[in-house]
Amino acid sequence: MSGQHPPAGGAHGAAAAASGAGPDGGADLVLSVRDLEVSFGTKRGTARVVRGLDYDLARGETLAIVGESGSGKSVSTLALTKLIPIPPGRVTGTAHLGEVDLIGLSEQELLPYRGRRIGFVFQDPMTSLNPVHTIGRQLTEGMRHHLRLSEADARDRAVDLLRQVGIPGAEHRLDDYPHQFSGGMRQRVVIAIGLSCGPDVLVADEATTALDVTTQAQLVDLVGQLQADLGMAVIWITHDLGVVAGIADRVLVMYAGEVVEQASVEELFARPRHPYTVGLLASLPVLGDFDRDELTAIPGLPPSATDLPPGCSFHPRCTFRDDPRCEHERPPLREVAPGHRVRSFYMVPEEEARHAAASERVAVEPPDVRDQGVVS
Amino acid sequence: MSSSPAGGSGAPGERVGEPLVEVEDLEVHFPAGGRRDRRVVRAVDGVSFTLARGETFGLVGESGCGKSTTGLALLRLVEPTAGRVHFDGTDVRGLSRRDLRAWRRRAGMIFQDPYASLDPRLPVGEIVGEALDIHDLHQGKQARRARIAELLERVGLAAAAADRYPHEFSGGQRQRVGIARALAGEPDFLVCDEPIAALDVSIQAQVMNLLAELQRDLGLTYLFIAHDLAAVQHVSDRIAVMYLGRIVELADRATLYRSPQHPYTRALLSAIPVPDPVRERQRERVPLVGDVPTPLDPPSGCRFRTRCPEVFEACGRVDPVLQPVGPGREGGGALPDVGSDPRAQGHLAACLLHGETGRPVERSDHRDAREAAPAG
Ligand SMILES: Nc1ncnc2c1ncn2[C@@H]1O[C@H](COP(=O)(O)OP(=O)(O)OP(=O)(O)O)[C@@H](O)[C@H]1O
Ligand SMILES: Nc1ncnc2c1ncn2[C@@H]1O[C@H](COP(=O)(O)OP(=O)(O)O)[C@@H](O)[C@H]1O
Ligand code: SF4
Ligand code: SF4
Ligand SMILES: [Mg+2]
Ligand SMILES: [Mg+2]
Repeated sequence: MSGQHPPAGGAHGAAAAASGAGPDGGADLVLSVRDLEVSFGTKRGTARVVRGLDYDLARGETLAIVGESGSGKSVSTLALTKLIPIPPGRVTGTAHLGEVDLIGLSEQELLPYRGRRIGFVFQDPMTSLNPVHTIGRQLTEGMRHHLRLSEADARDRAVDLLRQVGIPGAEHRLDDYPHQFSGGMRQRVVIAIGLSCGPDVLVADEATTALDVTTQAQLVDLVGQLQADLGMAVIWITHDLGVVAGIADRVLVMYAGEVVEQASVEELFARPRHPYTVGLLASLPVLGDFDRDELTAIPGLPPSATDLPPGCSFHPRCTFRDDPRCEHERPPLREVAPGHRVRSFYMVPEEEARHAAASERVAVEPPDVRDQGVVS
Repeated sequence: MSSSPAGGSGAPGERVGEPLVEVEDLEVHFPAGGRRDRRVVRAVDGVSFTLARGETFGLVGESGCGKSTTGLALLRLVEPTAGRVHFDGTDVRGLSRRDLRAWRRRAGMIFQDPYASLDPRLPVGEIVGEALDIHDLHQGKQARRARIAELLERVGLAAAAADRYPHEFSGGQRQRVGIARALAGEPDFLVCDEPIAALDVSIQAQVMNLLAELQRDLGLTYLFIAHDLAAVQHVSDRIAVMYLGRIVELADRATLYRSPQHPYTRALLSAIPVPDPVRERQRERVPLVGDVPTPLDPPSGCRFRTRCPEVFEACGRVDPVLQPVGPGREGGGALPDVGSDPRAQGHLAACLLHGETGRPVERSDHRDAREAAPAG
């Protein structure tokens, strides 16, 4: 639909992931990030909030970034187009979008990339939408500016976009204001804006976190479908491992500004190896798990970015810590299987990790909601 | 309550299973915003349930369906507009202002937002101490100090935390302070309104485990409100599902999961992402169309009919009430007597597919009373 990206004859998600996934990916590579570091000067010293991030993103692929709040998920993507205040922020490393290294570009040079080649969808539709402007104006602004569409063309396309994101009566809603939409519909509008210029990469930062699960389900399906149609790559930032399981091709698990584990979604959930990932999975309540009285909580708190512990940043909370290096040496990111990297001196044994996995914890399959009779 | 001054000090388990909180046809209507607007927001519109002493009763449903308002109304933190609330035999709505204050000791509340619900100007010890003062408990400097320390330790904080201010604590720690405050009056009953929603995944399990431990040790009864059905299922004995001001289904947690009988419950269950890529991708969703209607003007007949995938002719002319469902209960019938143990009530759902039990829609009820006809 973008005109920039003709639909690639069915070659979307799966195909792209299969061909170009993994670092050193092939020709389908859209974005390649190396050694990305972001820090902020603060009163309490330098906050190193992103510490050496590497990843590749292929066309049509979905990369999920998970981690708890403050782990650097948002900053690591905002920094790509300098959407953080600089200074006090400081960004180093490279981020190649095609041939161009975004990190090396000036503010002015970045303008054609923001919202155009990299689209953003943020968590709170009320802050992403301007309450005093109509939906139509906010939707067409980017297209008129970046794509140089005439007002009439931009409005036509805006109606198409609203229709695509499932707003009923789209042609009558352009002149409405944000408050005239429900929360779920506003977030659909924000997604439409994120898509409006046909970006190569859509960053969805906790895009469905504030919504009800039924609405979330609709929007997750919607983005997946649009992605299949348009071939764009998606970076999906969330703390919800359930959403990750449903949408991601690959996953980065972040902790205290660094990647602690990185793998394909199947591998990560079936064979997590990092103590933090295993801990996260084990701490989740799982629908249908009636056996556990107590959840296996991760003790303690994540560290502050201005006061990172020495050695492994997870060591004060790690229940597997068994290596003298844990407290003194930063563990390297090691490849334990093709495409599966873990930053730990100790790898959780598969047996133990499996115990945490949701697939092992559900005693009873959920009912098949389609076939079940009304009165069972 | 007969002898012990508060459930906390009575032997836990003594009267487990007896009705503690009985709610009948609870209604909370708020005036609609506008000055000329004579309509009302039907936030809670005919809700009945009975909590057994010692149980955790989960309340789930989408944003705005009336969960918090129900919780607040039970404690008379908002005034019900109709209905009956009995607490251990006492008619809560009949309490005078003074008696209400004394009664509040026995029924407390834990709020969602650990940031907003604690006074930032008071040290944590005073926040807890204030709650002691309100109930004239542990007077005298020494006794008060000792009790504050005891309460803080009870929730997993150091006694020394008493001198620090809320902003010095993380979200999870603040939530612990909120719990310590709620425990100050030695209550029997706590309304926990989204107590983990604002917390990080790795911290949520800590707080859920703490609540479970307190319940075991102190014999507490919980109303646990959350939109996260997986968490609710983990902590609850029974679960009620709300939609647009009503309970639409009520069952023990395993039954609700294994054989949901209301179309809305099925949609909700099917929308919850499961942290297992294999299952998550195979699952079939029950798609819901549209948004939740406004509580200013709920649909006539069944309130879910504007989104229900199973809607049929009767749904517009009969307003379904909760009726027994599930194996052996075909065709519905009268509600079982819950005098002795509310948990014996079994599985209830408000859906006409289980039998046309409900109130016929009257002509004056609604504009589209054209469809009205006496129930069969
Ligand atoms: N004081 C009030 N005045 C007017 N309307 C109110 C008031 N409090 C709540 N409402 C309305 O009542 C309905 C139920 O609100 P309530 O806060 O109970 O929902 P909830 O189920 O707790 O939702 P959430 O999951 O978002 O917390 C909503 O439509 C809300 O806007
Ligand atoms: N403008 C800023 N100035 C200083 N610190 C910041 C700024 N923006 C973000 N941070 C810090 O960067 C860290 C990572 O933040 P963020 O990427 O937003 O986390 P996440 O998205 O994973 O929750 C946090 O410690 C946060 O406090
Ligand atoms: S390096 Fe050591 S402390 Fe860090 S996660 Fe691995 S085992 Fe735990
Ligand atoms: S009564 Fe009708 S509309 Fe309501 S839930 Fe049952 S089938 Fe659906
Ligand atoms: Mg963020
Ligand atoms: Mg609420």
